[in-house]
Amino acid sequence: MADRPAPARRILVLLTVLAGLAGLLPDPARAVLPEEVLANPVHEARARAISKELRCVVCQNQSIDDSDAELARDLRVLVRQRIVEGDSDDEVIAYVVSRYGDFVLLRPPVKGATLVLWIGPIAIVLIGLLAMISYFRRAGREAERAGQ
Amino acid sequence: MSRRFLFLLPLVLIAALGIGFWFGLQRDPQALPSALINKPVPEFSLAAIEGSARGFRRDDLLGKVSLVNIFGSWCVACLIEHPFLMELKANGVVPIYGINWREPNRRAGPEWLDKFGNPYRFVGDDPRSEGAIAFGVTGAPETFFVDRKGIIRYKHAGPITRDVWESKLWPIVQRLRAES
Repeated sequence: MADRPAPARRILVLLTVLAGLAGLLPDPARAVLPEEVLANPVHEARARAISKELRCVVCQNQSIDDSDAELARDLRVLVRQRIVEGDSDDEVIAYVVSRYGDFVLLRPPVKGATLVLWIGPIAIVLIGLLAMISYFRRAGREAERAGQ
Repeated sequence: MSRRFLFLLPLVLIAALGIGFWFGLQRDPQALPSALINKPVPEFSLAAIEGSARGFRRDDLLGKVSLVNIFGSWCVACLIEHPFLMELKANGVVPIYGINWREPNRRAGPEWLDKFGNPYRFVGDDPRSEGAIAFGVTGAPETFFVDRKGIIRYKHAGPITRDVWESKLWPIVQRLRAES
């Protein structure tokens, strides 16, 4: 006889699935205030893209695009100012990095000091795979020998 | 021989990681390295606060060893270091310049200085964080040590207490002064 889930459990499952789906939707809550938004939609889109790459140095685990911190707000305004004044995306980011260092980049650049961040996980997975393969090969050979 | 102890390898690796994380956790994640150490003070020019005739700009810092202190009337830790900054001023130890960061209104900063005293040579009003971002400030108080050539040489985050001053900060000022 099939085991039927109790109603409470069914609701729980449904809620979990819904919560998972909600995570796929774009987040409607934004820290960007209406008065910050630039009139030119192309400029605004660039500002949003840049802001998503920059860490809020006060809250640290949010981008300045997400953060309600005052310093994040001032940085968003500064990003927009520089875009309006004609800076390229790279120039804007370089300006902020020159003040706060690579730390403000949510995606650390690939270079000597950060190489271990980028290569490390891949290297560990590879080592694990190699160890697994050699283990199973040996186990297979031993099983063969035992079977003879 | 070596193969027999291979089973210990994961244990050793985990222990090493654990020790690494343990020390990592002792570090203050808020204490960021300044990207501006040994770089010239960036161009900036801040307006005067209310009731003062003069603002504060980059060129004020040239020709002598000086301190740039970020403060605000809203900043509790700033009040902790304030009496000591007053003492430095009274004894003419080193010129201190102030960046009055993000006041809720134009009166708050000047009133705070009237009430507790003004240890600064010049104060710049910084409602939009232009000065704070120029210095890569993440919180208040922060104090930058600038040498004769206008190069930022040291950043101290948090209040300046007598202890830190005597053990760490005063030697830095002396060292910078000894340079030609």
